[in-house]
Amino acid sequence: MADIKKHDTPMVDELKSGPWPSFVDDIYSYAEKHQKQACFDLMGQLELSYKHKETHWKHGGIVGVFGYGGGVIGRYSDQQDKFPAIWAFHTIRVNQPASKWYHSSALRKLCDMWDHRGSGMLNTHGSTGDLVLLGTVTEQLEPIFYDLTHQMNMDLGGSGSNLRTPSCCVGKARCEWSCIDTQALTYDLTMTYQDELHRPAFPYKFKFKISGCPNDCVAAIARADLSIIGTWIDDIRIDQEAVRAYVGGELKPNAGAHSDRDWGPFDIQKEVIDLCPTQCMYWDEKEKKLYINNKECNRCMHCINVMPEALRPGTDTGATILMGAKAPILEGAQLSTVIVPFMRLEPPYDNLKELIEKTWDFWMENGKNRERLGELIQRVGLNRFIVDVLGLKPIPQHVREPRSNPYVFWKEEEVEGGWQRDVAEFRKRHPA
Amino acid sequence: MENRITDIGPPHYAQFFPPVIKKNYGKWKSHEIVQPGVIKYTSETGDVVYAVRVGCARLITTDLVREVCEIADKYCDGYVRWTTRNNIEFHVTDEEKLRALLDDLKGRKFPNGSYKFPVGGTGASVTNIVHTQGWVHCHTPAIDASGVVKAVMDELFDYFGSHKLPAQVRIALACCLNMCGAVHCSDIAILGIHRKPPLVEDDRLEHVCEIPLVVAACPLGAIKPATVEIEGKKKKTVRVNVDRCMFCGNCYTMCPAMPLADGEGDGIAILVGGKISNRISPPKFSKLVIPYIPNEPPRWPTTVKWVKKILETYAQHARKYERLGEWAERIGWERFFELCEIPFTEKSIDDYRLAYDTYRTSLHFKFTSHVEPM
Repeated sequence: MADIKKHDTPMVDELKSGPWPSFVDDIYSYAEKHQKQACFDLMGQLELSYKHKETHWKHGGIVGVFGYGGGVIGRYSDQQDKFPAIWAFHTIRVNQPASKWYHSSALRKLCDMWDHRGSGMLNTHGSTGDLVLLGTVTEQLEPIFYDLTHQMNMDLGGSGSNLRTPSCCVGKARCEWSCIDTQALTYDLTMTYQDELHRPAFPYKFKFKISGCPNDCVAAIARADLSIIGTWIDDIRIDQEAVRAYVGGELKPNAGAHSDRDWGPFDIQKEVIDLCPTQCMYWDEKEKKLYINNKECNRCMHCINVMPEALRPGTDTGATILMGAKAPILEGAQLSTVIVPFMRLEPPYDNLKELIEKTWDFWMENGKNRERLGELIQRVGLNRFIVDVLGLKPIPQHVREPRSNPYVFWKEEEVEGGWQRDVAEFRKRHPA
Repeated sequence: MENRITDIGPPHYAQFFPPVIKKNYGKWKSHEIVQPGVIKYTSETGDVVYAVRVGCARLITTDLVREVCEIADKYCDGYVRWTTRNNIEFHVTDEEKLRALLDDLKGRKFPNGSYKFPVGGTGASVTNIVHTQGWVHCHTPAIDASGVVKAVMDELFDYFGSHKLPAQVRIALACCLNMCGAVHCSDIAILGIHRKPPLVEDDRLEHVCEIPLVVAACPLGAIKPATVEIEGKKKKTVRVNVDRCMFCGNCYTMCPAMPLADGEGDGIAILVGGKISNRISPPKFSKLVIPYIPNEPPRWPTTVKWVKKILETYAQHARKYERLGEWAERIGWERFFELCEIPFTEKSIDDYRLAYDTYRTSLHFKFTSHVEPM
């Protein structure tokens, strides 16, 4: 092994102190124990960035494993003489198991491989959800891929203009509110669309995110081109005895989420009834009974969150399908828009897949280079996208409010007599 | 390579479920946070599981993962999970093991004293800051990520391990406007920004960039093709109308010969009031309240100061269950600026697309210290 050269990193070293876990201490401990030059060099280059207040990674670098167009992101230092151990420092996105459960036996194998073939540093996890291996060289990519697939039964995730690694909340594995089987659906979609995940054929990235309920713990509505959010279409289940236990103070509101501050005794009128956005609830003090007008409920989850022992989502469950969320670049940030208010989701999910494939066909045909689905929908108009592209019926659930301008793009066939008129006939009635 | 296999997909999730999770899949009935960082889930079958949530840096080493494995083996039959906010969760089924696990976690520290596994991040707390790569690994960032997050979380540490806030506060950091970290819907967003137009490397551009793509990349049409003469040779390049540049960096993404990183120009913007959940009010975008704070490695004191100031002002004034954005909307943004003592500048008046949606078109405003009778 080459000489270990440790760079002075006085500024970076300041991040060793303080109570929050220190990535600097972690990396230096690892570097010293394993004599890992890449770690020393990474901290050295970070110190230089702290000095210059500029990144020292070069733009781009197309690398990958054979037959895949995504999953590996090339990265090169622009200070290769100073930090030769990180001259190349590629990222490998590993497709995480749905909702990120692991067993130590699997993680240990991954660690051993990564000590041997990479920097020993990783992200748990990247923003899209992948388990990210941070820092290796081009020659190691194929061996890493081979080890991942053969020894760990793991595959690469997505990068570039392709389907990005789908991700989901903890779902039915540990949450009583999940209206859909988020993990099963994530796994099914991931397996069904392996080709789209690994071989870029899209105008730009495309993300699926799946949350089990309107609390939306994976931020599907803000981050996914196709957001699948569990919900129910029947009535909230009520355990009146448990409601009375909250009112009586035996149960802690909001599952104990406010335990370190004295907010006074629980007041069901103030904390639940009055905060309900649709005012569809009523607490009968005499009867000691909670009434919900479920027809008016918009399933915001507040009452259920406050009294989880007493209230539960209904049993006729499915998901709302929304499309088009993205961060600001280019057309400004967008949240996903409701496309299908309620879809039942049972394997093999043909109804959802039909919708996905119809959407992709249109986007691949009409999307401009680097145009996200949400931007395309803006460009063609939500009404045309819903009606002409997806063949769905327009309903009030698609909008927050109807348009306030009257500039309707009527089609010729909708107007009596069509658009072909005789100007001479017009002038006979209206001399110029 | 022989016997190469592809497209096998991720490991099936169910093989990594602890037995209690597998047995009670879809049967969970309720939950209770028994103390900050510890959630007790009860199943219809009568089974119980305690999830212990611990904070973790996003950038970690295999040795730390091995330590996680060691803890998982000792208390959890080897099972462990990560959350979407980069916390680690250990699961145990009896209280004795829970106490032993909590004691054990408290005692594990890095050599210089930071906690390896602080317990918290549940309920009305600040949970782990989701973030991007920053200077550690990205080619377009305006700021660092891991370093800023460490500095902010050190200061807010007490809010991670307690339930003192009116509701949860989700903080996120993205090191440039690409927002890989999707900070645009966070209670408090820390965002890296550039403030100088791209440099144009005339002698290199035509070799590394596709000019039509660069021109098309600018959302404001500020880039046009040009030809220049360098040492008697004609070179195809571009020119930037700098008055129209809003420093988004999209041109650099398309063209490495148009860098915009700059130690003096780059810095941090703070946005607040976004949320994801549908609870009570609809999901909202974060709003820009501080347009620029200089980059201040290694501890970013001004950024830390403002994040803390906003958080504590909110904590002092908001009602129970009220998210930061809901509070700001209830009291009015003019009052928000006054209470947080944030100077209001013209930079917080929108002048991008759909700006009109944010203009005040009613008399429903409050008189705050900003109003000077004319």
